[in-house]
Amino acid sequence: MDLFLQQTFDGLAFGGIYACVALAVVMIYQATDHLNFAQGEMAMFSTYIAFTLLHHGVPYWWAFLLTMAISFIGGVLVERIIVRPVEGTSVLNEVIVFIGLLAIFNSLAGWIWDYTIKPFPSPFPDKAPFGITFIGPHDFGVIGVTLMVLAAVFLFFRFTPVGLAMRAAAQNPDSARLVGIRVGWMLALGWGLAAAIGSVAGMMVAPIVFLEPNMMMGILLYGFAGALLGGISNPVGAVAGGFMVGVLENWVGTYVPFVGSQLKLTVALVLIVTVLVFRPSGLFGHVVVRRV
Amino acid sequence: MDARSNAKSRELAALASGAKLSRSQLVGLALALLAAFALPWFISDYRNFQFTLAISYAMAVLGLNILVGYNGQFSLGHAAFYAIGAYTAAIMMEQGGFSYYWTIPVAGLVCLVAGFLFGLPALRLEGLYLALATFALSVATPQMLKYDAISPWTGGVQGVSITKPDPPFGLPISQDQWLYLFSLAVMLVLFVCAWNMLRGRTGRALKAIRDNPIAASAMGVDTALYKSLTFGVSALYTGIAGALGAIAIQFVAPDTFNFFLSIAFLVGVVIGGLASIPGAVFGGLVIVFIPNFAEQVSKAAPWAIYGAVLILFMYFMPAGIWGFIRMLYAWFTRKRGGESDSRAR
Repeated sequence: MDLFLQQTFDGLAFGGIYACVALAVVMIYQATDHLNFAQGEMAMFSTYIAFTLLHHGVPYWWAFLLTMAISFIGGVLVERIIVRPVEGTSVLNEVIVFIGLLAIFNSLAGWIWDYTIKPFPSPFPDKAPFGITFIGPHDFGVIGVTLMVLAAVFLFFRFTPVGLAMRAAAQNPDSARLVGIRVGWMLALGWGLAAAIGSVAGMMVAPIVFLEPNMMMGILLYGFAGALLGGISNPVGAVAGGFMVGVLENWVGTYVPFVGSQLKLTVALVLIVTVLVFRPSGLFGHVVVRRV
Repeated sequence: MDARSNAKSRELAALASGAKLSRSQLVGLALALLAAFALPWFISDYRNFQFTLAISYAMAVLGLNILVGYNGQFSLGHAAFYAIGAYTAAIMMEQGGFSYYWTIPVAGLVCLVAGFLFGLPALRLEGLYLALATFALSVATPQMLKYDAISPWTGGVQGVSITKPDPPFGLPISQDQWLYLFSLAVMLVLFVCAWNMLRGRTGRALKAIRDNPIAASAMGVDTALYKSLTFGVSALYTGIAGALGAIAIQFVAPDTFNFFLSIAFLVGVVIGGLASIPGAVFGGLVIVFIPNFAEQVSKAAPWAIYGAVLILFMYFMPAGIWGFIRMLYAWFTRKRGGESDSRAR
């Protein structure tokens, strides 16, 4: 039973990171109807920025906020400059540009900071609060930060005029334009927010897996799996999906003998294909009906 | 309309769609072939090896292009099929004691089945979701290859070494030269097959599915069958390429078949030109030789270049190098004017 609880809470901690990535994926999907394959590499790049800031003596939480701000601006710029020319052409063109971005961010990180593995500090105290022992302090912090990010995103979309405008732009671009919303800038804003959320995921995961240019590849896969499981059209569902995938991954790794730690990525593959084939809208998503 | 002009217009239409070759094209093709077969006597063994590798990649690029360019299905996971082909060759040669040439058809068949099976669930997925599923396949592949239970055959993390085959009949050429010629021959067969398949009814069906699946099925095209078969055939090409590549490198290891190999194939398709058969040759050459030069700058440089190339080609040259060559050709013939005008395409 102890093992079971341990695995579950470990899973929740990793699930928090997957949930952050899933949330970032859903942000862009909501705004533009596309999955950003470069999401993980953008988060990784942000984490390197945080690493550099910390290296220069910036206090952790200032570096944290500064990285989010830089990532936000970076995300907006990427959308404005690189993604915009192919927007609305075809899925093929867009995915190819995303893959190009992935390769560029990955190699730039390797070029600037080289490929050696770097340690990244955890901002959380050595002991979890309230005398909790069944979960590590960093894991506890990760779950807390994830929930805070989710709450912020929810409040932003629910109670601010900009959030409302973004939802309108995503749901019905033409009508939104008619009432004076600048749809193009809303997309850019979506990219910026996604990049900022992604940077949080990167900074949370780096203390666990160590910082290196390929650290986000597997995590992005789980983020996608979480987003799909929860429903790609639903931010709350995506976060729930992320947590579920994290727990599921640990359970399967512990209790299914032939999987172990060796086939964890295959679990994500099977999960993605299964969800896509049997329930493409996910657990909490709404079914999109398309007219011929 | 009399029969003669009818036949002529039909011939022109065939030329325009690439279903037949004009005389100048035939001459160009013959010259290119001659150069390709003469090449090994003018370059070092190491260059021979590199060109063999380029041939292998060209086949994989063609396989991916059949799927992406002609059928409009997306795959970010072709490194997986390349890996299956490579491991099939390695296991057959080192554990089964088969000759290298037997591995080619077997690798092709194994991948045909694997591709067809993966294509079945993929049928329900459109564009973006198919890209996602194949992305997952690609990221998971190295881990699957390292799996303990199959390590007696695959060698686990260490992989398998392969001995390089000798030229047959005591031919007075080096192993590298022979492997180059052998790969070139296999590539020619595969390219002719692809051209034959794509220029006729099948090719039209594939393109119809790409351009408008609903209209295609209304016209009586069995969309499901064609799509999963295309996935299978595409995997077959990539698997054969993987077998040849493994024999050329003399080594297979799990981590070489990572997600970035899939991206490299995609780069090859985009550079060569979507939906073009000869473009695959350029694709293969680029995949081998750009890293070769760029790595002198930095270990990361090839991928930075690949990424930039992907984006810039999408902006400025979506038809790739082959499309650019065709544009130049059309421009020249138009400039010369007169009767050759109608042949420019």
